Amino acid sequence: LPGARSGVAGASTVEKQTAYADATSYNNFYEFGTGKEDPARNAGKLQTRPWTVAIEGEVKKPQTLGIEDLLKLAPMEERIYRLRCVEGWSMVIPWVGYSLAELIKRVEPTGNAKFIEFVTLADPKQMPFVGSRVLEWPYVEGLRLDEALHPLTLLAFGMYGEVLPNQNGAPVRLVVPWKYGFKSAKSLVKIRFVEQQPKTAWFKAASHEYGFYSNVNPKVDHPRWSQATERRIGEDGIFQKKRPTQMFNGYEAQVGQLYAGLDLAKNF
Amino acid sequence: MSATLPAPRGARRNASVLLRPAAKPLLFVASLLPLAWLLYGALANTLGANPAEALIRATGDWTLRFLCLTLAVTPLRQWTGQPALLRFRRMLGLFTFFYGVLHFLCYAWLDMGFDLAEITRDIPKRPFALVGFAALLLMAPLAATSFNRAIRALGAKRWQALHRLVYAVALLAILHFFWMRSAKHNYAEVAVYAAILAVLLGWRLVAHLRRRPVAAG
Repeated sequence: LPGARSGVAGASTVEKQTAYADATSYNNFYEFGTGKEDPARNAGKLQTRPWTVAIEGEVKKPQTLGIEDLLKLAPMEERIYRLRCVEGWSMVIPWVGYSLAELIKRVEPTGNAKFIEFVTLADPKQMPFVGSRVLEWPYVEGLRLDEALHPLTLLAFGMYGEVLPNQNGAPVRLVVPWKYGFKSAKSLVKIRFVEQQPKTAWFKAASHEYGFYSNVNPKVDHPRWSQATERRIGEDGIFQKKRPTQMFNGYEAQVGQLYAGLDLAKNF
Repeated sequence: MSATLPAPRGARRNASVLLRPAAKPLLFVASLLPLAWLLYGALANTLGANPAEALIRATGDWTLRFLCLTLAVTPLRQWTGQPALLRFRRMLGLFTFFYGVLHFLCYAWLDMGFDLAEITRDIPKRPFALVGFAALLLMAPLAATSFNRAIRALGAKRWQALHRLVYAVALLAILHFFWMRSAKHNYAEVAVYAAILAVLLGWRLVAHLRRRPVAAG
């Protein structure tokens, strides 16, 4: 799946890219198990064709799009983003996709659309750990409409020039590079435009640990560990000190204004 | 103590194996195999995408395994009628401490870069880390008094009382593991170790309640 170099500011970091083998074997995708190697082992059963994504709620043009329609909706771009997991590790991944804004513009949100809720596949027949008590299924994520419209917010279909591997969220996922990785919902089946802030899966599981915003922020610790540093997978040697985490994962120049006047310690 | 139990068939022959001079060095080498395997993995880069995390977790796993083995010696020598098993308890206990220290060092080095200020800030902030650290601290006096002169100096009674701390270590260790896994509600492995420890500690409790003479361990 080829993508042209993106013209979006901040969309092409020149940092060393994480090895494909690491990016596809060290995953959090709890529908396929909670171990890091589980998704690569168990995601083979996921059927990504046929696939549809329902666009619902506060839009003038609600519709259900097939994956083929989505792939043709806008030109593919390559975006090389830092990915910071809330657990304290990070990667650099070349994604292929287009700005979510392209899709949003086409479905014409109404004045009531303040947030977007992203619902992901929860099929116990294809996903052995749907039904485990880790989270409430289906996995739900959410963004404020202005966050979703930001050009860096990516609807991704590929990585490393190829179609997304199942364990990385095939056939279509979200990538929000300035937020912790769990905000970037995988294997999307529903995009709902809503007026109220969505109750996200991790918020429901532990609201004191995982807020709605979940912006990468080295100054606001997770209740159980520090967020000041991170380990870059495959690059930082075993005995190397962890590297400092950057505000908004290094995308402060691009997204900082979205949060002007917001208390980020309270709205973590 | 085995005199009160009928010796199973072949016990004498097995006992003689356990009493062979080579038995202890063999156990010593076997106990170092997990470390050798991890060192090989670190050098050959076969520990996966996040080798630092793999090392921290594996050393923790091995601490728990050696703790279970150590605590199994006393019940096993009664169940099997093999008093000679007692010869290996001290070494297994010391290896528990050894892997516990390695576990802590891996965390302090690989996660914290040996930054003492960071470590002293980090441990109290995380209850599960605090509990693990407490377990390690409690093991230290046991390791320090594991040689014969210490036993003589303390007297068998006091030495035995001190070494009952291992029960607290076991409870703290399993709580540490449970808490670590609680974030993902992933308790399958925790349950296995908890069941093993429950049997090993429960056996002692029952034995104690029956007022049968039981050696500390």
